[in-house]
Amino acid sequence: MRNYMNTQTMIRRTLRRTLKASSAVLLAAAFHAPQAHADVQEASRLLKQGQLPQALESVDQALSQKPKDPQTRFIKGLILAEMGKAPEAITIFQKLTEEYPELPEPYNNLAVLYAQQRQYDKAKLALEMAIRTHPSYAVAHENLGDVYARMASQAYDKALQLDSNNTAAQNKLALLKELNSISNRSVYTAPRLPAAVAAVAPPATPAAATAPTATAAPAKVATAAAPAPDSSKADIGNALKGWANAWANKDMKAYFASYSKDFDPPGRQSRATWEKERTDRIAGKSTKIAVDVDIQSIERSSTDEATVRFRQNYRSGGLKASGNKTVVMSKRYGRWQIVREQMGR
Amino acid sequence: MRNFCLAAVGALLVTPPLSSAIAVEPARPAEITLEAMLAKVFQSIQRNQFDTALAQTDTLLRTYPNFRLGYLIKGDLLTAMSGTQVRSFGSASNAPSERVADLRAEALTRLQAYREKPPTNRIPRYLLQMDAEQKYALVVDAHRSRLYLYQNDNGRPRFIADYYMTQGKLGVNKIKEGDKRTPIGVYHVTSKLPRERLGDFYGVGAYPISYPNEWDRMHGRDGHGIWLHGTPSDTFSRPPKASDGCVVLANADLERIASTLQIGVTPVIISNDVEWLSLDDWQIERTALKNAMEQWRKDWESRDTDRYLSHYSRRFSSSDGNFNAYAARKRQVNAGKEWIKVGLSEVSMFRNPGPDEVVVVNFMQKYDSNNLKNEMKKRQYWVREKGVWRIIYEGAA
Repeated sequence: MRNYMNTQTMIRRTLRRTLKASSAVLLAAAFHAPQAHADVQEASRLLKQGQLPQALESVDQALSQKPKDPQTRFIKGLILAEMGKAPEAITIFQKLTEEYPELPEPYNNLAVLYAQQRQYDKAKLALEMAIRTHPSYAVAHENLGDVYARMASQAYDKALQLDSNNTAAQNKLALLKELNSISNRSVYTAPRLPAAVAAVAPPATPAAATAPTATAAPAKVATAAAPAPDSSKADIGNALKGWANAWANKDMKAYFASYSKDFDPPGRQSRATWEKERTDRIAGKSTKIAVDVDIQSIERSSTDEATVRFRQNYRSGGLKASGNKTVVMSKRYGRWQIVREQMGR
Repeated sequence: MRNFCLAAVGALLVTPPLSSAIAVEPARPAEITLEAMLAKVFQSIQRNQFDTALAQTDTLLRTYPNFRLGYLIKGDLLTAMSGTQVRSFGSASNAPSERVADLRAEALTRLQAYREKPPTNRIPRYLLQMDAEQKYALVVDAHRSRLYLYQNDNGRPRFIADYYMTQGKLGVNKIKEGDKRTPIGVYHVTSKLPRERLGDFYGVGAYPISYPNEWDRMHGRDGHGIWLHGTPSDTFSRPPKASDGCVVLANADLERIASTLQIGVTPVIISNDVEWLSLDDWQIERTALKNAMEQWRKDWESRDTDRYLSHYSRRFSSSDGNFNAYAARKRQVNAGKEWIKVGLSEVSMFRNPGPDEVVVVNFMQKYDSNNLKNEMKKRQYWVREKGVWRIIYEGAA
């Protein structure tokens, strides 16, 4: 049962997802002129600080050099959306979907803008396109769920002659406020995910590798029983299955325990913000969650670190998402824990 | 989990395979009825094909705008698709329970009507004889929320179409003013009220019917203003039980039957639960009654007052008083007669729905005698007393 109190949370989430999605699109833009690059970075920074007219100026400067650049246009779309210029933002994202139909993010943002304007049929269509291009794109799945919920509420209003217009108006105000507060977080700064995967081994290892082995009492038994390196692989697999089970059982304590203290939450969120969001998403779900993992490869980069690639099948309520995931796990105090997490390979 | 719950609603509503249900609907092969579309939606829900069900619901809503039940189903489908559990039909959190109950009742009655089409080889017991002028007849089955349209095919009623209808909030058997019930009986359309003279509430038009009729008055029933009418412009159809006693049809349906309605002529028979007769049984019933009428006519011509009066119930009443007063007057009149000729034409016979065996008979009576000659439209109510049909009321129609 969705009530209208939930709608605010829903919009908040929806928007956070839009902005987050942008970090992925930044990856898509590989080349640009150095000056244009600087302008784009400046525009992002200004946007983040809520200095919208200045951000727009910077992004327009970048566009004067590279008018076709998708990343720059994407950021301009975000700036315009924050300025409340939805029709112009829609035009930008619309064109991006036409020119880059393989990118799910412009579809997603288009959908969020349509949803804001209560054009849910269009929002739904855009999200379905995003999912068609990337079936495992969880953001679009979740947004689609939200759009369905809002369409449902609209249909109920018609069925039962209810009037939720007032609630909707309040939501809109809440939404604008939320936009500003979100922009204060550094969400779309740098393309971090591939870097995270590439740079797994060096930094933390020396200290971590030596200290735990000495004190790792629980792990000792397991290692003693099966000294071959494969036993570690089994431990890694079990740790990952333990993580999936904690998720499915909505056992947040066990779930967070699967992540290392050094875990780097996505989107440069603080650990606390990330835990709060995950708790909302997992424990806050009214429907059952099923998660199963199908491990495809475990690559050891050192005795205490491994990259695990697997297929994740997630199902909850009407939402089904399966996709490839890569995690970097590290052995701390005899336990394998997640330090990096990424959709895809 | 949620799939199960929504499907459970579907399971409640859908049973037989669609193909067989469509097969018994030869009257309108080209037209895909609302009920047929609705049945398909529930079939898809039952199969957990929510995307298909949603597309079918959208098609339904395009064809039938303002169909509230359709929007409720759409709401449930989208709620389920959003990942929220649909625990019951009409899962909106802020839903007024009585409105959900109304729409649920509409879903059930519409789908039941779709599954249980009127038997094509049977005739409603009430339509014993339509006169040549009566091109069509309307028969209401309140229990099923259906109005059946019959055409007069050389005296034999032929099924044309049936429509979803709304009855009184408290059902049928109207007795008194303001009881929010729909009357049961044999009526006819008395006038047409064009939409210009009505509020939006009545939709495309209204056709008052002849409640209370003679039989109602004899039983002390009162009230007035029982109409056949349409729906407000923002409402495709109303719940099965929602009116103050009127028979309410969707505007499109009312417009379809409007062309069949003859003011003062078209019978509107309202029953709680239509009784169906095979063609043979229908013939037997109407023949028995025709024979009784013919015997009454002959005995009138015979000028044998006792034989004539044997056709009248002891409970008889008319504008000339009760049985005894009527008998005395007849004996007096017959004494002055040398010959009488009575001719009956334009005969119609409609059985009153319900447990009492009552038939309303209308005819043109040509009376000729040595000292008096007249022609009049007459209405009689015949009742069966200990197996014999007798007249209990007689008057000008």
